[in-house]
Amino acid sequence: MNWNVIREYLPLYIEALGLTVKIGWLGIILSIALGLVCALILYFKVPLLQVIIKIYIELFRNTPLLVQLFFLYFGLPKLGIRITAQTCGILGLTLIGGSYMTETFRSGLSAIDSIQSESALSLGMKKHQVFFYVILPQAISISIPGFMANIIFLLKETSVFSAISLMDLMFTAKDLIGLEYKTIEALFLLVVFYLIMLLPVSLLGTYIERRVRYAAYGD
Amino acid sequence: MSIKNEILKIEHLHKAFGENVILKDFDLSVKSGEVIVIIGPSGCGKSTLLRCINGLEDIQSGKIYVDEQPVIQGSKDLYEIRQKIGMVFQSYDLFPHMTVLQNITLAPMKVQKRKKEKVEKEAIELLSRVGLADKKDSFPRQLSGGQKQRVAIVRALCMHPEIMLFDEVTAALDPEMVHEVLQTMLELAQSGKTMLIVTHEMSFARAIADRILFLDEGELIEEAPPEEFFTSPKTDRAKKFLQTFEYSKK
Repeated sequence: MNWNVIREYLPLYIEALGLTVKIGWLGIILSIALGLVCALILYFKVPLLQVIIKIYIELFRNTPLLVQLFFLYFGLPKLGIRITAQTCGILGLTLIGGSYMTETFRSGLSAIDSIQSESALSLGMKKHQVFFYVILPQAISISIPGFMANIIFLLKETSVFSAISLMDLMFTAKDLIGLEYKTIEALFLLVVFYLIMLLPVSLLGTYIERRVRYAAYGD
Repeated sequence: MSIKNEILKIEHLHKAFGENVILKDFDLSVKSGEVIVIIGPSGCGKSTLLRCINGLEDIQSGKIYVDEQPVIQGSKDLYEIRQKIGMVFQSYDLFPHMTVLQNITLAPMKVQKRKKEKVEKEAIELLSRVGLADKKDSFPRQLSGGQKQRVAIVRALCMHPEIMLFDEVTAALDPEMVHEVLQTMLELAQSGKTMLIVTHEMSFARAIADRILFLDEGELIEEAPPEEFFTSPKTDRAKKFLQTFEYSKK
């Protein structure tokens, strides 16, 4: 391993990390919003919309992100819609992330026993009060592990962005290997930078899981 | 007693789940301060009856009045009527993410818009009456089954209900926990609370009830004061049912 090469490559990787994190987190935030909206629609069984959402979830959970990105990147211009590679990456991540987040939130909501809403109703609470005071807080604490797993999954999925010529970490590594054959150094940095991006999220996830469980059940 | 004192009135109640008839032409009138115990074999419709009174189940025909207000599924008044009905369920229905005190004060504060300090003061008073004042900051999972059910009773009482419904509240408890919960209910009955109790605890039923209702297959088979019912039941079905609680070596 040549440390001079590594020093030389470092700025390129830092720049690529910046782009990966930016696209990754924008996509994740949007997918959380999308997931929440869809989960609420499924929970309250909104007619028609719930059917559309079920189809959307199956479509996006059962096709690879790479295929979805190709579809958006090369397919949308054919329909006259032009978007940049970045927008395409964020959109792709939002759509696949939204389908995973919906399932996580929905399963959290449906895990709450019906006796909980019945006893809240029997105390005279209105439906929205039952939902916000009784159902939602419990659903959130149940959803946290799946939610954190989704975030890590989505950050890792950003590695396919290179396929639509986004200069993310993967793109940078492949580029350097192709140009200069410094395979070991380029791959070493790739692993290190993915760990830099993901390890803090993992650790934060473990911490939050412990905190939420404490708050919820008083262990 | 005058009609004004009638807290609960049920006329020709008919309830079915699809083809499966649960309650047939059921009538009941409960006066203020009365303690009524409903017994009968599993699946006879006892629990469903309580759920109908609270509007948790829709009914096919008949009328239910609580404090002269009709209970109608989906009506706006239902939220108001439910405040007059306290209900305690068989399984633990406390909110696991809230402390005992938060469990008790949530509805009085959010539904009845009462002041936090006053509600908390009352909650602690009620808790100390059932011997659980020191548990006010505990979470439900830190309590025993019997303690949970006593908190659930306090939570219902804190809404100042006109009538309390108890749906087999000791059925899921270990035997040694049953006593403390039944004791709490006996004290409640002595204080003059109107109560409608579904239970399988026969000696408790005999001790607490003003009237026993015996239900079988969705019909009211027999209605009598407890002594009369337990010593000389009139119907064969009631006799048979009571025999299932007796054991003898043959």
